[in-house]
Amino acid sequence: MPPVETKQDIQYEAVIGLEVHAQLKTASKIFCGCSTKFGAASNSQTCPICLGMPGVLPVLNRRVLEMAVKTGLALHCKISPYSRFARKNYFYPDLPKGYQISQYELPLCEHGYLEVALPAGQAGESGRIKRIGIRRAHMEEDAGKNLHEGLEAASHVDLNRAGVPLLEIVSEPDIRSVDEAVAYLKALRAVLVYLDVCDGNMEEGSLRCEPNLSLRPVGQKEFGTRVELKNINSFRFVQKAMEYELRRQEKLLREGGRVVQETRLWNTEKEITVVMRGKEEAHDYRYFPEPDLVPLMIPADLINEIRKTLPELPDAKRERFAREYGIPVYDAEVLTTSRDLAHYFEACVAMYPQPKTISNWIMTELLRELNNRGQEIADCPIPPERFAGLLKLIEDGTISGKIAKAVFEEMYRTGRPAGEIVKEKGLVQISDAGAIETLVDDVLGAHPNERESYRQGKTQLLGFFVGQVMKRSQGKANPGKVNELLKKKLGEEKK
Amino acid sequence: MELTGFTIHELQEQLKNHKTTSRELTRQVLERIKRVEPKIHAFMTVTDDAALAQAEEADQRLQSGRPVSPLTGVPIALKDNLCTKGIRTTCSSKILENFMPPYDATVVRRLKETGAVLIGKTNMDEFAMGSSTENSAFGLTANPWDVNRIPGGSSGGSASAVAADACAAALGSDTGGSIRQPAAMCGVVGLKPTYGRVSRYGLVAFASSLDQIGPITKDVTDCALMMNAIAGYDPDDSTSANLPSADYTRTLDRDLTGLRIGIPREYFIDGMDAEVLYAVKEAIRTMERLGAMTREVLLPHTEYAVATYYILATAEAGSNLARYDGVKYGFRVKPTKDLLEMYMKTRQAGFGPEVKRRIMLGTYALSSGYYDAYYRKAQCVRTLIKSDFDEAFKQADVIITPTAPTAAFKIGEKTQDPLQMYLSDIFTISVNIAGIPALSMPCGFTKTGLPIGLQIMGRPFAEETVLRTAYAYEQATEWHNRKPNL
Repeated sequence: MPPVETKQDIQYEAVIGLEVHAQLKTASKIFCGCSTKFGAASNSQTCPICLGMPGVLPVLNRRVLEMAVKTGLALHCKISPYSRFARKNYFYPDLPKGYQISQYELPLCEHGYLEVALPAGQAGESGRIKRIGIRRAHMEEDAGKNLHEGLEAASHVDLNRAGVPLLEIVSEPDIRSVDEAVAYLKALRAVLVYLDVCDGNMEEGSLRCEPNLSLRPVGQKEFGTRVELKNINSFRFVQKAMEYELRRQEKLLREGGRVVQETRLWNTEKEITVVMRGKEEAHDYRYFPEPDLVPLMIPADLINEIRKTLPELPDAKRERFAREYGIPVYDAEVLTTSRDLAHYFEACVAMYPQPKTISNWIMTELLRELNNRGQEIADCPIPPERFAGLLKLIEDGTISGKIAKAVFEEMYRTGRPAGEIVKEKGLVQISDAGAIETLVDDVLGAHPNERESYRQGKTQLLGFFVGQVMKRSQGKANPGKVNELLKKKLGEEKK
Repeated sequence: MELTGFTIHELQEQLKNHKTTSRELTRQVLERIKRVEPKIHAFMTVTDDAALAQAEEADQRLQSGRPVSPLTGVPIALKDNLCTKGIRTTCSSKILENFMPPYDATVVRRLKETGAVLIGKTNMDEFAMGSSTENSAFGLTANPWDVNRIPGGSSGGSASAVAADACAAALGSDTGGSIRQPAAMCGVVGLKPTYGRVSRYGLVAFASSLDQIGPITKDVTDCALMMNAIAGYDPDDSTSANLPSADYTRTLDRDLTGLRIGIPREYFIDGMDAEVLYAVKEAIRTMERLGAMTREVLLPHTEYAVATYYILATAEAGSNLARYDGVKYGFRVKPTKDLLEMYMKTRQAGFGPEVKRRIMLGTYALSSGYYDAYYRKAQCVRTLIKSDFDEAFKQADVIITPTAPTAAFKIGEKTQDPLQMYLSDIFTISVNIAGIPALSMPCGFTKTGLPIGLQIMGRPFAEETVLRTAYAYEQATEWHNRKPNL
């Protein structure tokens, strides 16, 4: 059948938008004085207000507003001078009032963007910057949690989380691939953590991501039918869930089927998405302005005051790193994903002004150690001055780069300075001309056949001789000098 | 000496000069309640023991020479939608039949601080939805002037109790006339303050943008004294006005010379009850004699007020009442097979028919596809009604109208016709929509001996002007001295 064949030929393009819920790092809840601390005994952090008792009224926590404005500014949003809270009405046991106080019409922040650096492509192209629109960011309260575990024919509700402040950040559907989506989410997380408004922990739920995904034939302007994904609680699963869902949609389209507008849940065990509710079952939330809270009038001087408190943000820092230190954009992106990592890099550069070398070492050796151990830069046992000390030992020829990698591992394990390790293990590089000559002569003497081959033109055997010398010196011989001397000696023989 | 008929300011004189004690007064009031309750059923809960304990405390305060307030030792009743810590607060609804609030409403806390004696909680239309107190899930309240008639509503219990001398004064709440209309029906004084003047914290919400707590009293001076105790900014209510509140008794006795009274044409309509019309016109003439000037003002959007009100109020109510779901507190139907059934059966059995009707109306008005035609349009009309008043108050200092189109009607007369019932608030609703203050006070009686109410509206936060107008009229008339035969 021709239509099916045609569909087989179609190239599809993903259209993705992300809704991110960031828990704001306030000490107390958004509309009452209860603590927001994670992990307390069920319902111990509640009061009549967050329990939705009859007669109670919400009062906005000023810190929430300040953090939301700060985030909005960092995301280049327009901060509305007049904004409102609204009620989102639906019934669920974890929602004590039967409505969530959120924003609908007139949100606090609108029309922003986030610039994301994408990794270099296959063909050696360097990393590029993509601007992803932020449609809106608004304040709202979190719901509680239903508990079913260990209960027979009953459910319990924990309302400690009810009323915890959230900022919902909605992107435009500007994202065209899963990689872009992941890059966007990482960049957004970096901004939130930089601003110190959110701890960015997806596993604990302080950062939640709900992607909207659709496919369309490349070249088509109209969007395809979209599916919303929920229940994704780690960075790894964000990627997996989106990949799965796009594969599912593509298969459906190629087989001549249609994508249905629905909300699907990510199933972590089976690594698939399953229908949660269709369009027909979608709630009518009956939004209307929250009459218990007065409209927010945000004076320009408050916005300016908050603007002054903004730190240098990841994108500005990334640009500065690339410009000032002459490192590739992608390196700059990686180094600025966390404020602490960027700070570490700059501290090292201050003591050892070779930015590219430092960047290489951080991106490979240091990040590998951190990732292997599941640690953050804050946990790194090597302070910048010791890191710089190690690199200086390479530069002044005390140790070779290869030895340095082993020394680095030892430093990470023990926290001791490089010099100490080098001295104790006798790893000082052999640069003495006499000592190297002895080693070279030993190796040449032990391999007459290879020498003969070299003489007859098989010059690629130089590497073999270097390797042998290094082996004999237990890696300590200065490879540059070894190289030089071998070339000289073998060259003489050739003549 | 029989003290139950005394006003607050009369009792204050008795108590301060140690002519009697709060304990004696409270005992008499409790006895009066016992005697009249079988006839009027104004109370949901009478807090005998707690009241007597508070009376003892008040007596100590009065004797010790510590600072006292005009309310110290005075028995006050509270509408049963005001949260009282450890005292059942039902909203006259089955769904909150055994609800025990863990906190006091701000007004309750303020009354306690004055040393007032809280005597009990009064009956009301369920969740304040009604105009006759017939929508209570726990029985009717009768009008002390004729026990076959309704006391008005929704604060019918509070108005009936004050009129029957079952308390010195009471608090009610007013969303569309629920203080003023029952005050008119029962021949007492009732004030709906400016929206934001009195904290709503702890008032079980019906329609948040319209609800206000206010006093129901035996005369205007008492009304001012009660306002002194309850008015003022409350950081727990974001909609409460951060304005200094005055001593409302200070300006009461200024005369009316030069006061401009506006008479809105739209409130004096064909087919109005002749006795009501006559009484109100007489009252206006009295005020003119006292030095006030009258002129006609226009409130052209009045005809849309009832429709606007029943969209906005029900929309907010539908949302406000969503929390009564059987999950956390209050009534729950058990057992049920799943969550949905629990919700449905609990709300089916827990709410009365009028409450359900309004939840349905409000849900409809906010539904997707209908929001613009109903809720948004109603908000626009609300703005128009507000600006009507702004315009009118450029030409007048107060506006005078009847409080209700008729005197108290018979029990059961309008229960089969919700629309007829809604129209009994036709003169009071605009005030809530505009957020302005308005007071109702007696201005005459029908031939059959039923009180007629006069409504005095004022500019936002001009309660003092409203009260002084009312006071001057009260001083010139005798209506407030009449008592029902019970």
